[in-house]
Parts: sequence; C-alpha cells; structure tokens
Amino acid sequence: MKDAILKSARALGKMLPIIAGIVMLVSLANALLPKSFYSSVLTGNNFIDPFIAAIVGSISAGTPVVSYIISGELLKQGISLIAVTAFLLAWVTVGTIQMPAEGLALGKRFTILRNLSSYVLAIIIAVIIGVLLS
Amino acid sequence: MSTEKTTKKSNKSSWYFLGAVIFVYFVVYIISPAQAFLALEFFYKLALKLIIIFAFVFIFMVIVDLVLTPARIVKYIGEEAGIKKWIFIIIGGILSTGPIYMWYPLLADLQKKGVKDGLLATFLYNRAIKLQYLPLLVVYFSWAFIVLMTMLMILGSVAQGIFIDWADKK
Repeated sequence: MKDAILKSARALGKMLPIIAGIVMLVSLANALLPKSFYSSVLTGNNFIDPFIAAIVGSISAGTPVVSYIISGELLKQGISLIAVTAFLLAWVTVGTIQMPAEGLALGKRFTILRNLSSYVLAIIIAVIIGVLLS
Repeated sequence: MSTEKTTKKSNKSSWYFLGAVIFVYFVVYIISPAQAFLALEFFYKLALKLIIIFAFVFIFMVIVDLVLTPARIVKYIGEEAGIKKWIFIIIGGILSTGPIYMWYPLLADLQKKGVKDGLLATFLYNRAIKLQYLPLLVVYFSWAFIVLMTMLMILGSVAQGIFIDWADKK
C-alpha cells in the first residue's frame, strides 16, 4: 500500500511541471489570442477540420491529461466537437514521437500500420460522436 | 539509451518547459502587465478546478497500482484463452499505467512468444483510455460524450487488432 502511494505520488509529481506549464500556456492563450485564432487555423469545414485536427494531435506529445485540457479549451473556443474529438483521439492514440522506439521494439511494419490505423480511427470515431451528439 | 536515463532526461525537460513558460509570462508582463494578470487570473481559476480533480486521480492511480501488475496481464492472454484474451487485453490496456515505452520490452517479449500483433495493437490502443483521468474530462465534456467515446475506442481497438492480424496474413 505504501509503495503504491509513493509510486503514484511520484508519477503524478513528475507530470506536475508539464501540466502546470500547459495550464499556464492555455491561460496565456486565452488572455492574448482572440477567439477567432483557432477558427483561423481550422477551416470551419466539418469534412476537412477533423483531418487537420488529427494531424495536429498526432504530432503533439504529452500526457492524456494535457490533451484533455487543451481539447476542452478548444471546445470553449468554438471549435467543432468532431474536430476537437479527432484532435484528442489522435493525441492519445497516435505516437509520432515514439515511433522510432516502437519500431525498434515491435517492428517497423507493425508501428506504421498501428499508427496509421489509429489516425484513421480517430477521424471515424470523431465523426460518429459528432453525428450522434450533435 | 536506458529507460532510467530517458526518464531522468524527461524529468529535466519537463522542468525546463515550465521554466520557459514562466519566462514567457515574465516577457508578457514587461510588454503588457494587464494581460499578464488576466492570464494569471485565468490560470488561478483553472488550477483550483484541477487540484480537486487531481486528488481523485491520485486515489485511482493507487488503486490501479495495487490491483494490476504486468505479470498478471501476461497470464491471461495466451493463445488458448480464446475470445477471453481480447477481453483481458482490453482490460489490461485500460488499467495499465506508466509511460508507453515502459511497456515496449514486455510487448516485444510477448510478440516473440507468439502473441499476435493484433492483440498488441489492441492493448496499446486501450492504453489511451485512462479511467483515473476521466473525472478531468467531465470538467469539459458531457458524460454522454465520455461514455460514447470510451465505448467506441474499445470497439475501435478490436477492429484495429483484427485489421492488423488480417494485414499480417497478406
């Protein structure tokens, strides 16, 4: 029990600087960037936006917690649920940064197939969620 | 590079990152103190919300750490386990904790022992479902969204596993 508490505290503690930094950046972006900023990065087109958002999510790195915070803030900025979901899912399932290590451990073919199919799945799931919840 | 070295490097990088963000705040303060204070006010409100959530996250992490070990996961995904292995691999992926690279050696070992690539892919996909962090999602998204997304991710992970096994046969 003591080990589990210490291990969990250590794991959470290690994440703290990154989370604090991201929350600070999100806060700064809210103060400095006009609400139209994200909509200018994304096209507002429900067909193209999920693809762009999923690409941005795929090349982003960080813990899932960070992606939740950014996605939530993007939603508040007026980005569509489909694009935000594609961004969030690509962030947590596609590991572009980890691809070299994954390729070495599990094989290049496996890594490419897994990451490409995760990218496609992110968009498919986002569209289904968008259609069902809109 | 050893896992320990990678972890230490990653720890240092995270502090450098926070330092860089604080420096950005300092620069903004020099240029426009009003906007820096506005950002800090937003940060304070957001941080207050997150502190409570992190208490729940911590409790979840302790429970998961007590219940699940990598050895327990291995036990239930042998070829003879049939359809049960999919269920175990999904649960294992969802409950697994720690950085993804910590799991590569175990998964590579399983691959060498004949565990199908599809199962490994399903395990990795389900790692994206973090039960302990779900309370944090509630801050921004509805429960309907969270439940639907989680269910679709589980279904998607199986579809991905089947697809990768199919592609392996080609």
